[in-house]
Amino acid sequence: MLISQTARMMIEARGLVRTFKTKRGPVQAVQGVDLTVADGEIVGFLGPNGAGKTTTMRMLATLIKPTSGTATVAGCDLAKDPVGVRRRIGYVAQSGSTLPEAIAGDEVVDHARLYGVDKKKAIADGQALFEQLDLPGLWRRQCKTLSGGQRRRLDIVMGLIHDPKLIFLDEPTTGLDPQARANLWEHIRRLRERGATIFLTTHYLDEADALCDRILVIDHGKIVGAGKPEELKQQVSGDAVRLSLADASQAPSVTKVVQELPGAVAVETDGDVVAFRIPKGGSVLPSLLRSIDAQGIELDGVEVHRPTLDDVFLTMTGRSLRDEDIPATDEKEAVA
Amino acid sequence: MMVFKETWIVFNRSMRLSLRNPMWSILMLSQPLMYLFLFGPLLKPITAQISQGATTNAYQVFIPGLIVQLGMFGAMFVGFGLIAEYRAGVIEADRVTPASRIALMAGRVLRDVVVLVAQTVLLLLAALPLGLRAPWGGVLLSLVIVALLGATFASLSYSVALITKSEDALAPLLNGIAMPLLLLSGILLPMQIGPTWLQRLSDISPLKHVVTGVRALFRGDITSSSSLWGLFWVILLTAVGLAVGARTFKKESA
Repeated sequence: MLISQTARMMIEARGLVRTFKTKRGPVQAVQGVDLTVADGEIVGFLGPNGAGKTTTMRMLATLIKPTSGTATVAGCDLAKDPVGVRRRIGYVAQSGSTLPEAIAGDEVVDHARLYGVDKKKAIADGQALFEQLDLPGLWRRQCKTLSGGQRRRLDIVMGLIHDPKLIFLDEPTTGLDPQARANLWEHIRRLRERGATIFLTTHYLDEADALCDRILVIDHGKIVGAGKPEELKQQVSGDAVRLSLADASQAPSVTKVVQELPGAVAVETDGDVVAFRIPKGGSVLPSLLRSIDAQGIELDGVEVHRPTLDDVFLTMTGRSLRDEDIPATDEKEAVA
Repeated sequence: MMVFKETWIVFNRSMRLSLRNPMWSILMLSQPLMYLFLFGPLLKPITAQISQGATTNAYQVFIPGLIVQLGMFGAMFVGFGLIAEYRAGVIEADRVTPASRIALMAGRVLRDVVVLVAQTVLLLLAALPLGLRAPWGGVLLSLVIVALLGATFASLSYSVALITKSEDALAPLLNGIAMPLLLLSGILLPMQIGPTWLQRLSDISPLKHVVTGVRALFRGDITSSSSLWGLFWVILLTAVGLAVGARTFKKESA
């Protein structure tokens, strides 16, 4: 029973810690991460820059050694059999994977051959992946002549060329325009249909929301929350409801009605607007509107907002994901 | 052996890229060619004096120094190419494959050695009409020495490049090493004509012994102690260079 359960796990990590030596002393970039990813899942690692996402992913992909902790990745022990892990995973780094001057197809074939794929099969598989990932006719093109989105899809071809069971995508859509992002999401969803398990990092909430079956929220090197996007959003105290009144003087009476609603929190009045949070806002709305109507109060408008992952992040960490001035560990400097 | 096959794959990829953009290899050759044409003639009248009567052929003294210089400088700056590959994510992409870490370095070093030997042959051919005469055996053995020297400096350059990961750090570091090595190796002029203290100082540099060895080989003294010491030093340097390079490529931060 236990064995069959373990076999269905693609990633099982326990207590992963990574400390970097920097000029200012040791920095603990990852501080004891436990995580599991099941076969066939798309799991997103969500967190701001410098939260430890990339460091954790690089540990799981055998690129850096954990300071402590253990992990089984694609059925192989990370410490004892890193080569076995490498054979079974695909890794698409944030920085790309091809030289600007190189020919796209050549880079793919050489990469495949380092996995032991023979040349003929590498060419056939590579060209098939070019078709699947919307890169027709670009096989003989220099990498630098490709657009940002095409270059990113080429990186994904590089990561898929040996048909890995588990694919790591580090910030797959960073730097792409909205259309290219949506297009890439489509391709990532299709990877799962091939039977692959996908583990990705992102600092975009909409990306995590749109793609992932499950999300792990990481901040300051620790996992601070985990669950399905919907579950995480429900942890935020409900939907945001805004009632706009026709007459601001009636606001106190509306506030009173709202405060009597079971589960309503954060009730705020601002002029002719009464705002509050309540679980399942959509279902309490009809009765609320009836009781407001019964008092003869006229409404100008009603808005209900489902909580976003941004709200989730704010609730879990006390700060917004969009804060750009989060002190980030410079991982590149630290690695050196 | 997988490691040889993987080395071959990495070599092929690197070679293809070098051939696509041969400007760099040509530029690296222009420096010794300039020395050959603009500095070489100055040595002609004083050759007998500086070689202490061993030869009157200026190019027998000068060309060995030049090809050692090419072996050193031609390979010393390959680290810049590796930093470019690192920035493009190629090194990381290589390192997530199951390929041997040694093959990832060896394939690139092999490319550098092949380019270097081709450059050296071109340099020797250019020196022929100027009056270079040397025995075949000595020249072939010298080519082996240049190849080994190239492998040494290429590995060390890659190693430093992977550790610093920055062109800004690599350039002054390499120049800081290259200048004293060049001046103390007797590449331009034999050290015997200098004062004793400078000779003693240059004795510390293994490169000086390599240059002296290659000069003996060009005179045809293949079994002389100078050539044997030169060979000994270059083999030792190669062993150290490759070991350092392999260690850096294996290390997790590479």
